[in-house]
Amino acid sequence: MVEMPVVDKEKCNGCGLCVSVCYCNALVLVGVVVTVVETEECGWCTKCEAVCPTGAIACPFEIVIELS
Amino acid sequence: MSVEVAFLESIPYFSRLSPDELDSVRELVFEKNVERDDIIILEGEPAEALYFVGTGAVKIFRTSVDGKEQVLNIVRPGDSFNDVPVFDGGPNPASAQAMGPVSLYGILKHDLNVFLQDHPQIAINIINVLAAQVRHLVSLVEDLSFRPVVGRVARTLLEYAGDGIGLGKRLTQQDMAAIVGTAREVVSRSLRALESDGVIRMDRHRIVIADREALKDVAGIST
Repeated sequence: MVEMPVVDKEKCNGCGLCVSVCYCNALVLVGVVVTVVETEECGWCTKCEAVCPTGAIACPFEIVIELS
Repeated sequence: MSVEVAFLESIPYFSRLSPDELDSVRELVFEKNVERDDIIILEGEPAEALYFVGTGAVKIFRTSVDGKEQVLNIVRPGDSFNDVPVFDGGPNPASAQAMGPVSLYGILKHDLNVFLQDHPQIAINIINVLAAQVRHLVSLVEDLSFRPVVGRVARTLLEYAGDGIGLGKRLTQQDMAAIVGTAREVVSRSLRALESDGVIRMDRHRIVIADREALKDVAGIST
């Protein structure tokens, strides 16, 4: 299973801006709500989160300390 | 296909114009479609037109001499960009790049200035748009100039690191911006700076703290 951006369907207004900026077609508009398609191509560029006008997309980072 | 009057009315520049005025504006508007990553305008070049985003998103940014990029704004449908040089006659103050396929509407500088002479309502609208842009930029200047944001981002990374000591909670860049009290663009810049210094490493959805002691130094935490 590949980690993917998370869409809050309650907040999504279906504007499709995230779909238009996604490089790897990981986001598709189904009706008026964005759905995430799992793909290893997603490089976590976070552009979808940056353009979302309603804050419906989250690209959360896990913060880890490198084991020396 | 020419621009719809309903779309023009929804743009702050053209709100409260009469139907006749909107028709006149419509005749001045040209359409332009660009592809992902296309540069629409380049910083420092002469300004030819004012643009409005129809669909898609446009990144407005400046680039430093050593190639570092600072995002100033993301322009979404209905918003304008390249306003300032159209009115002050100077060069483009920033570059604009399509973040995906984008449809744009534009009005040539000369056409807009002629229209402005005879339609005072649009002058009032322009003042409102430029005032909102000044507010946004003043806030960004404050963040970039006066706040030691990178130190607070470093502190947040240490606080939320999943090492059994930190909180181990996942954070978006938007979350970090809210925690630190800054704009998302400034968090993004801080993360890039920390990565460029070798203190952290961005590994897809992981931020790996590569040098914990150095990160503590940046955070101002004495060991």
